[in-house]
Amino acid sequence: MEVAVARSQALSDVAGRTRGGSRHSRPPASLWLPAALVAVAVAIPLVYLLLRAFGAGGEIWDLLLRRRTLEILGRTVALAGTVTTLCALITLPLAWLIVRTDMPLRRTCRVLSALPLVIPSYVAGLVVVAALGPRGALQQLLAPLGVERLPEIYGFPGATLTVTMVAFPYMLLTLMASMRGLDPCLEEASRSMGCSPWRTFWRVVFPQLRPALAAGGLLVALYSLRDFGAVSLLKYETFTWAIYLQYQTSFDRVLAAALAVIPVLIAVIFLVVEMRTRGRSRYHRATGTARPSALVRLGQWKLLALSFCSLVILLSVALPVAVLGYWLGKGFSNAEPLRLAWSTVANSGYASALAAAVAAVAAIPVAILSVRHSSKPSVLLERATYVGFALPGIVIALALVFFAANYAPVVYQTLGLLVVAYVILFLPQAVGSAESSLRQVNPHIEDAARSLGSSPTKVIRTITVPLLRPGIVAGAALVFLTAMKELPATLILGPIGFKTLATSAWSAASEGLFASAALPALLLLLVSSAPMAFLTLSQRKGEGL
Amino acid sequence: MREWTLVLAVPALIAALAAVACAGPAPATTTTAKPQTLTIYSGRAESLVAPIIDQFSKATGVKVQVRYGGTSELAATILEEGQNSPADIFYAQDPAGLGAVSTRFATLSNDIVSGVKPQFRAADGKWVGISGRARVVVYNTQKLSEANLPADIWDFTDPKWKGRLGWAPTNGSFQAMVTAMQALWGDGKTRDWLTAMKANNPKVYSNNTGIVTAVGNGEIDAGFVNHYYLFSFLQEKGEAFPARNYHLRGGGPGATILVSGAGILETSKNKEVAARFLSFMLSPVAQQYFAGKTYEYPVIDGVGTHRVLKPLAEINAPQVSMAQMADLKKTLDLLRVTGVTP
Repeated sequence: MEVAVARSQALSDVAGRTRGGSRHSRPPASLWLPAALVAVAVAIPLVYLLLRAFGAGGEIWDLLLRRRTLEILGRTVALAGTVTTLCALITLPLAWLIVRTDMPLRRTCRVLSALPLVIPSYVAGLVVVAALGPRGALQQLLAPLGVERLPEIYGFPGATLTVTMVAFPYMLLTLMASMRGLDPCLEEASRSMGCSPWRTFWRVVFPQLRPALAAGGLLVALYSLRDFGAVSLLKYETFTWAIYLQYQTSFDRVLAAALAVIPVLIAVIFLVVEMRTRGRSRYHRATGTARPSALVRLGQWKLLALSFCSLVILLSVALPVAVLGYWLGKGFSNAEPLRLAWSTVANSGYASALAAAVAAVAAIPVAILSVRHSSKPSVLLERATYVGFALPGIVIALALVFFAANYAPVVYQTLGLLVVAYVILFLPQAVGSAESSLRQVNPHIEDAARSLGSSPTKVIRTITVPLLRPGIVAGAALVFLTAMKELPATLILGPIGFKTLATSAWSAASEGLFASAALPALLLLLVSSAPMAFLTLSQRKGEGL
Repeated sequence: MREWTLVLAVPALIAALAAVACAGPAPATTTTAKPQTLTIYSGRAESLVAPIIDQFSKATGVKVQVRYGGTSELAATILEEGQNSPADIFYAQDPAGLGAVSTRFATLSNDIVSGVKPQFRAADGKWVGISGRARVVVYNTQKLSEANLPADIWDFTDPKWKGRLGWAPTNGSFQAMVTAMQALWGDGKTRDWLTAMKANNPKVYSNNTGIVTAVGNGEIDAGFVNHYYLFSFLQEKGEAFPARNYHLRGGGPGATILVSGAGILETSKNKEVAARFLSFMLSPVAQQYFAGKTYEYPVIDGVGTHRVLKPLAEINAPQVSMAQMADLKKTLDLLRVTGVTP
């Protein structure tokens, strides 16, 4: 049996050639034309930021070089680093237990553990404060034991906990997909040559997981740059909060834009690091077809494994649901009028589904160009799609307000423009997912089709895209779920009167009407969990989520 | 040949989706064809103002569309929209939000604003206050009573309050209060107050709701807020909710009265309808609504306040004009210099 060990020397020459794509490496117009469209879209917020930041003149340097700015920088990077590390520590065992072992209830765990993705971060923040605050629910529970006050949750610990809680599924999903695609032959070969299971994991399995870990880590790190709800409620000042404060306290768009340039630069560093981590390795099989791996029998460890998964789910899903349910129940018992139009559910679903579809289509040319036609422009484009993911929603929204209201008033405040905003914000989830699928496809398949006389476009249409399907579907699902909870762009850019579950929850919560906020928040979870369950359970091997 | 089908297919699909999106079940956007529509950007929450706006629609037949959002985000949106803003009216939570876009406002006619007490509107007639709110100290009734609370906000600088207070220095209403403080006490004493308060290590919250929640659950003993937030808590949690408002006996900046307010955009194509709307909001019917339903203070004479509220006449409020509170520049500088805000 011929086995493609990752980074195997024997095949590295082939890999070296195929990594850059096919022998006909000039991409067809069918790729670069739509890719150019995507490039224009992702450039909008950057152009806007530069326009505004330059408007600041000399003041910009005063702002950027303030000691305060450096402190914010430190805090932002500390949060991103800690959250990413924590997520890796949680999701590596979690993904392995769910995918590769005979742990009981693992299908349920698989669905539930991805759910925090749809919990808006300000809801998570409210929940953490309500449950773990100095006088929160936990303190009330412990009060009989003489606990007067819990340690301070505000600041770094609370923000880290909350952001980790809502962001870990990004890493979990990429890791699970990658683990499912692992070829058991490699592990078996390693074991048969006398390596211990532990050594096999570190020498054979872990290197193969590295790209997924890096890609998931990138999403988590960029997300923690962008998060607003959690850091503002838990009072931990990162750039997103500082930018928001500029808008809020001084109504200053110029200085806000100047501040927003820094997270863009941090994002660029993260993007370069991730690309380096992924390295030049090759992750597809050389020949043959993969078969599913045998499940590891946990034996007496089953209970411990299940407790670990339960703890994660308890904190990240059950706790928010319990607190929301409590608020809702309180509202019912006080006979509060809890009205929610069904149109909000429909609006949420409709706008998010459109965003998912457009993002999926837009991701295809970007992914194919960067994996198969790797060149400076294609890599730059692929990396640029990630910048939108690191920027606060308000910045993206105002960029689109500026360009659309002044240069394309026809589309301003239409659902179409809102969908464009969602795509700019969430495109990297679709791109990353499509790319990792594509990396597991051997380019020789496409080369064979080419050598049989198909045009490059026909190859893309009949070979590449069908093989990419699992990645595209998974990416679209991710975009759908995150668009469901999007708030700042929806408030500013949606058609007037366009209410979604997320805006309804926010509007009630901002008035302290927690019962009225709980209803749409719970519905948001419920509505999203249906497609989530369908996607995670109905997939075949190697497919997406 | 095949190549071109895909070349066209992808952008065509995107365009088609966008077209579907635009034609989707979303409510129609403003059209100039129907003059009797009004577009409002509201920084005030839907639950508070939608009922009275509906009442305006019913009474006049004018179709009103409202974009709800944060006051500051909507102000930034109006500034970015420039000449093409679809908004006719900007309805803001605080004077600073109005001040931020006042260059985009048209001057209001005297008919609209004349009924409003002069201290509750802009001197240049760019915007007018619609409802009043009092700055108060919200305190936990299990730990404090009005008798233990000082007469003046200055007295909270006493070290005995260390770690027991909450404030929201980034909140527009708090900043307006500091602006009033600067007007009444001068910059020097205001700076001293901020510095001394900071030494008392108050808990920082992002808004009034956060402070009232924290006072209610005993996280802090007292906090500086607008008066009406308490009442939605009392409504939701019942009379047992252990927090109440205290209007500072000695008056001063801590007892300032603020307003929410609105102005008409210079770029509005429906100025006449917009003016009718503002007149309605300042009519006894609407003022009665705010007094009865949102627990706010009316800005015109002849409308009574809610029975649970301390009447305006009994509050020892300082004389500071709203127009002064619309310009926060000096306040923001002071807050930044003292390290109270980032």
